[in-house]
Parts: sequence; C-alpha cells; structure tokens
Amino acid sequence: MDFLNALILLSNFVIVPSITYGSQLALGAIGVTLIYGVLRFANFAYGDLMAFGTMCVILFTWLLKSWGVNLGIFPTALLALPFGIALTIILSLFFDKTVFEYYRNKKSSPVTFIVVSLGIMFVLNAVVRIVIGPNDIVFMDGSRFIISAVDFKEATGLLEGLTIKSTQVITIITTSLTCFLLFNFLNKTKTGKSMRAYSNNEDLALLSGIDPNKIILITWIIVSILATIAGTLYGLDKSFKPFTYFNNLLPIFAATIVGGIGNPLGAFYGGFVIAFSEIALTYAYKKFIFYLLPFSSDSTNLIQYISTDYKFAISFAILVVVLIFKPQGIFKGKVI
Amino acid sequence: MNNIDAKTSFTIMGFLLLIVGILQSWGVAFSILNLCLISAIMSMGVNIQWGFAGLINFGVMGFLAIGGLATVLISVPPVVESWSAGGLGILISLIFLIFIIYTCLFINKRFSNYKYKYHLIFAIIILTIPALKLISGPSVKLIESINPAAQGYLGGLGLPIIFSWFVGGLLSAAIAFVIGKICLGLRSDYLAISTLLISGIIVSIIKHEEWLSRGVKNVIGLKRPAPYEVDLQNSEWFINFIELIHFWAPTTKGIIISSSGLFVKLCFTIIFLITLLILLYLSERAVNSPWGRMMRAIRDNETAAKAMGKNIVKQQLNIFMIGSAIIGFAGAMLVTYDGLFTPSSYQPLRYTFLIWVMVLLGGSGNNYGAILGGFVVWFIWIESAPIALLLINIFTFFLENNNAFKMHLIESVPYFRYLMMGVGLLLVMRYKPEGLLPEKKIKF
Repeated sequence: MDFLNALILLSNFVIVPSITYGSQLALGAIGVTLIYGVLRFANFAYGDLMAFGTMCVILFTWLLKSWGVNLGIFPTALLALPFGIALTIILSLFFDKTVFEYYRNKKSSPVTFIVVSLGIMFVLNAVVRIVIGPNDIVFMDGSRFIISAVDFKEATGLLEGLTIKSTQVITIITTSLTCFLLFNFLNKTKTGKSMRAYSNNEDLALLSGIDPNKIILITWIIVSILATIAGTLYGLDKSFKPFTYFNNLLPIFAATIVGGIGNPLGAFYGGFVIAFSEIALTYAYKKFIFYLLPFSSDSTNLIQYISTDYKFAISFAILVVVLIFKPQGIFKGKVI
Repeated sequence: MNNIDAKTSFTIMGFLLLIVGILQSWGVAFSILNLCLISAIMSMGVNIQWGFAGLINFGVMGFLAIGGLATVLISVPPVVESWSAGGLGILISLIFLIFIIYTCLFINKRFSNYKYKYHLIFAIIILTIPALKLISGPSVKLIESINPAAQGYLGGLGLPIIFSWFVGGLLSAAIAFVIGKICLGLRSDYLAISTLLISGIIVSIIKHEEWLSRGVKNVIGLKRPAPYEVDLQNSEWFINFIELIHFWAPTTKGIIISSSGLFVKLCFTIIFLITLLILLYLSERAVNSPWGRMMRAIRDNETAAKAMGKNIVKQQLNIFMIGSAIIGFAGAMLVTYDGLFTPSSYQPLRYTFLIWVMVLLGGSGNNYGAILGGFVVWFIWIESAPIALLLINIFTFFLENNNAFKMHLIESVPYFRYLMMGVGLLLVMRYKPEGLLPEKKIKF
C-alpha cells in the first residue's frame, strides 16, 4: 500500500508534469532543429514566434467566445488553433521573403543569420507586446480536471491523490498526434524524404532535382505549425506571458543540442530529457521516502537534490555536460 | 550616408544630446550621456571579442552581473554578526569546493588516458552539490536569518567602490577562463547558444544565493565615487559656486537642489569619460600592435594563422578573457551609477542582445564604431518612447482622444523601442552590414 502511495505521489508531482512539459519542449525543439537542418542557422526568434502564434490563438479564442462559440468541455483555443497557425505561417513566410531569402542567396555565414534572427526577435517582441500587452493572460476554459485528487482518493482509498488536468491530457494527445503525423511525413512521403535529403547534403539534393524553394517553404510551414501548437499548449497548461515565452527559448535550445542539432527524433527525446531532469532534480522527495522507508524519520530537511530556484539552470548545466562529452548530442545530430 | 567619419557622427550625437537638454531637461540629457558612456564601454568589450577575434559571446549578461556582484562584495561594509554566525561554515565549504576543483583537475591530468575519466569527474561533481549543501546549509540559514530586512548576507569588504570596477573585471576574466576552456572549441552558432545558457546559470546563482548577494532582495544604497546631493546642498562652497554661475538672477533653494543633482551627474560623466578614453587608448594601441594584427589574422583565416605557428586556442582564450574583463568592468560601473544591485533585472534582451545591437550597428572591428553604437543605440532606447508617442499622435490625429485603439497604442508606447531596435538592426544588416563606422582596412 505504501509502495502504491509513493508511486502515486511520484506520478502526481514528477512523472505527469514532466511528460506534459517535455511534450511542449519537444514540439518546440523539433521546430528549432528543422530550421537548423534545412535552413542551417539557429533561430533566436523562435521563442517569440511561439509567442506570436499563441497570441493569434488567444485573439481568435476571444473572438469565438464573443460570438458565443465554444467546445463544451474542451478549451475554445483548440478551435482557434487553425486560424492562429494560418497567421503564423503567413508571418514566417513574410519574414523569409523579406529577410532570410536575401542572405540565403548571398550564402551568408551562420553568424549573419543569427544576427538577423535577433532583429526579428526584437520586432516580434515588440509586436506581441504592443498588440496584447506584457501581462499574464489565462485563456484556458472548459473543464479543468479529468481526475481530481479528491475523487481519486475516494475511488481508490489511497492516502495520496492523483490529479490529472485536462490540459495535460490535451498536451500529450496533441503532441503524440503531431509527432506521429510529422515523422510519417518526413519518413514516408516524397516531399518529406526530399526535405531530409536536402538537410543531409544540399548539393547532392540539388543535383537530383529537388526544388530548394519548395523545401524551404514547407519547412517554414511545418515550423510555424509546431511553434503555434507548442506555444498554445504551454499557454493552456500554464498561462501566456510574452516574457516567459522568450525565456522558454533557452531550455528549447538545450533540448535541441542535447538531442543532436538537426535531428528531429533527437530533439523529441531531448525535450523529455530536459523536462524530466528539471522536474525530478528539483522535487523534494521527503514524503516519497517516508512512504518507502520501513521506519518513520523526523528529518526536517527537504530531501531535494537542488533548490527549485535552479530549475532553468539545470537544463543549461545538462547542456554544458553534453557539450563536453558528446558535442554532437546524444542522438548524433550534425557534428559541429 | 556612405562616408561619415567618426568626428561628424560624434558631433551629431552631441547635438542630439543638446536638443534633449533644451527640450526635455539637462538632468535627462546627462543621465542619457552617462549611460551612453557605460554602454560604449560594454560594446567595446563585445567588439574586442567579436570585431577583432570573431568570437561570438552571447553571455554578456552574465559578465555584467558578475561586475555588479563585485561592487557589492567590495564596497559594502562587512556584516560582522553574519561573519561570526556563519562565516566559518562558508569558509569551510569554500575550501571544500576548491579541494573538489583541484581533485577534478588532478584526475583530468594524471589519468589522462583512463577510459572512464570523464565519468569519474562527472560523478564527483554530481555528489559535490548535495555535500556542499550539507556543509554550508546551516551557516547559510544562520546568515540569512540575521536582520533579513536590511542584511541577511555576508556583506563586502568596505573598500572604495572604484576598486570594485577592477575586481569586477578580474572576476569576469576568471569566469571567462572557465567558460572559454569549455566552449571556445565550438563552432560559432554553438558558441553563441552555450554562452547564452551559461550566462543564464551565472545570473540564477547570483539571484538565488542570498547569503552572497541578497539575491532578489536587492542591495541598495551603494557607495559612490561622487558627492551626495544632500551634502552638496548644505556645503558653503557649492552654494557660492552656483551663485557665481547663476549671476543673472537670485539663487533660490530650488535651483540649488536641481543643480546639485546635475553636479553629481557631471562628476559621474567626467569619471566615465576618463575611463572610456583610457580604455579606448589602450584598445587602439593593442589593435594596431603586432598582437592586434595577429588576432585579425586568426579571425580572417584560422588555418593560415595556424600554419604561421600561432597558438589559436590560447590567443582566443586570451582575447575572450580580455573582452569579458572589460564587460565586467562596465557592469560594475553600471551598478555604481545606479547605486543599487538588482540581480533580477539581468535579462538577456536588455543586457546581452541590446549590447550586440550596439556593436553591429556601430561597426564591428572598429573601436570608434563600437562607441558610436553604444551612444546611438542607448539614445534611441531611451528616446524612442517620446518619439513613438509623437508619431502616434501625428498619425492618429483624426481619432478622438478617448478612442480605444489610440489609447491602446499610447499605453504600449514603451514597447516601440524593441520595434525600433529590431527594424534598425535588420536595415543595417541589409544595407550597411559593416556598420555605421566600418573597420579600417589597412593597406600596405
């Protein structure tokens, strides 16, 4: 019984939140890694692209709500998602045409691309804050819980309750679906294969008649879809604040590099590695150990590896470790 | 636009500041000028790394925070109760930490062929964190419980604050050595990401180790290298001095108070200007020396420089440390000028990317360009809000004042600075990628 209690405790505070957070990071990291693989630069504007997409979704959610449209127990944002995605795609393509294309034709160095993406980062930062403001926005509606702690305790008779929020389930289902479609697209369809070929060896791909413009167009579309979905899921689960989205860029970068930059599957796992270590290392295990130990201890210490303040720092530290041991990432991305 | 030289551009900058002085107030003009000077030193530091050596350092924020920490550690008087309560524990953990670092270095050197060397070092580091917490935990708790509203930390050495600028530089150089050892072998975009993330670690340590820096509780009331306004207002010579300057009308209390504020800012301006000129002189000398030519050779063609027998790794580490030292120096100056240390204010957008915009806009590879960039960008950063307000009012003149759209725009005026920075950076990168004052090409 105690073992079950400990297990439930752990899944409530570590496993379920990590899977949720990991899914959000994974979607973001796949986007970064695709840009890196096909367009060959690290996009620093990605966090703000996520913020832009989420902002569009929120605006459409408000519009739908004002018309009295909703999805019942599901959040209205899911209905607004396609519109947000469409706007984000338009924005990405606009920046690609006006900014990135010029440098691509000039074959500029990766550093130039980074600097240019910084410029776009500033612009998007401003646009999001001007349109929707810098404050916290909660746009979650519908039912909040699928299983609440009280119900769980009553149903099972255990001491510990398991809470599963509906946003967590939505996140996990949406991520699985998106990744399933994406990896199928990359591995099974002709366009997906040509995208991977282009990422692998540009010259060879061009020689075999692959149209680079089409590949780049599709990449931006996929990246915008991923950014909007990841941003919306994160916003539903927590809340929307432009500054947090900018900061989320850092763990996403960490996940990308840990998984091997340019490797979508690696980025997917990288997201979960980062999320699990962030949450598992900052969780206080006192109660968990209390259930497992045969005797009771009155230790007042929190049994915690490192304080919650260092949550972000953990992902950065993992990155440093990976850089020293395996610069190409755990899942062999491009060797840089 | 094509051939502006340094003199013209700095004259234009001076006129802009004059206009601000006349239209807004001289106090605003001088605070902009002071922060322009500090920004210029920051961008000189980045320029040394990027412009002269081609190293992309996105960890500016971390080095600025270290400089700020140095001001606290040097200038604040020591908190005696905290030292007696927990000082011993902290010292023991410090010795323990040094011991661990040396053990790791020893293992690294002695067992250089051992297969599981890195795994061993990794395991030691993993075990160190809880051990360190166990050793220092009780002392940290004691220190943080002593007068938490005003102190709750160890304090500093109580030395004059100017020292802290140099200590800030040295500390930054030391940290840069460690970071450089880890990251400098990486390719450019990897280096950018990893320095950005490491600066995140540095800031989060400074933010959360309250026994060291008071963390998010901030340190206020730092010393100044300039006189205080209140002292000036009560001193005989200052009042006489103001009466002498202000001869056309009787001197009132209000004039004394406003001019004392101005006088303090002027003192800072003089100190900062002297610092900037010394750094500029040293940097110009270094750049035009054989060493500077070697650095540019390494930047432009690493393989060729290697073939000439230059130790690239060592030289890049050197210049990374020098640049970071200047950034740390500027970070200490900034905190000195503000008079307070707020670790939570260190955000990458303001303290890393804005400095980068300065360098890129001003002209990388040219010291004058970096300084001009610092001036221009900081000026726009501050003055963009009034300018945006003016533009909004002009373009929406047909809307009524209580129009929701217009009111929303006016509310979001502070964010137009990001827009201006972004658009400015994109335009410069497109049409003048070498910056306003490009690097001088030396012809032989």
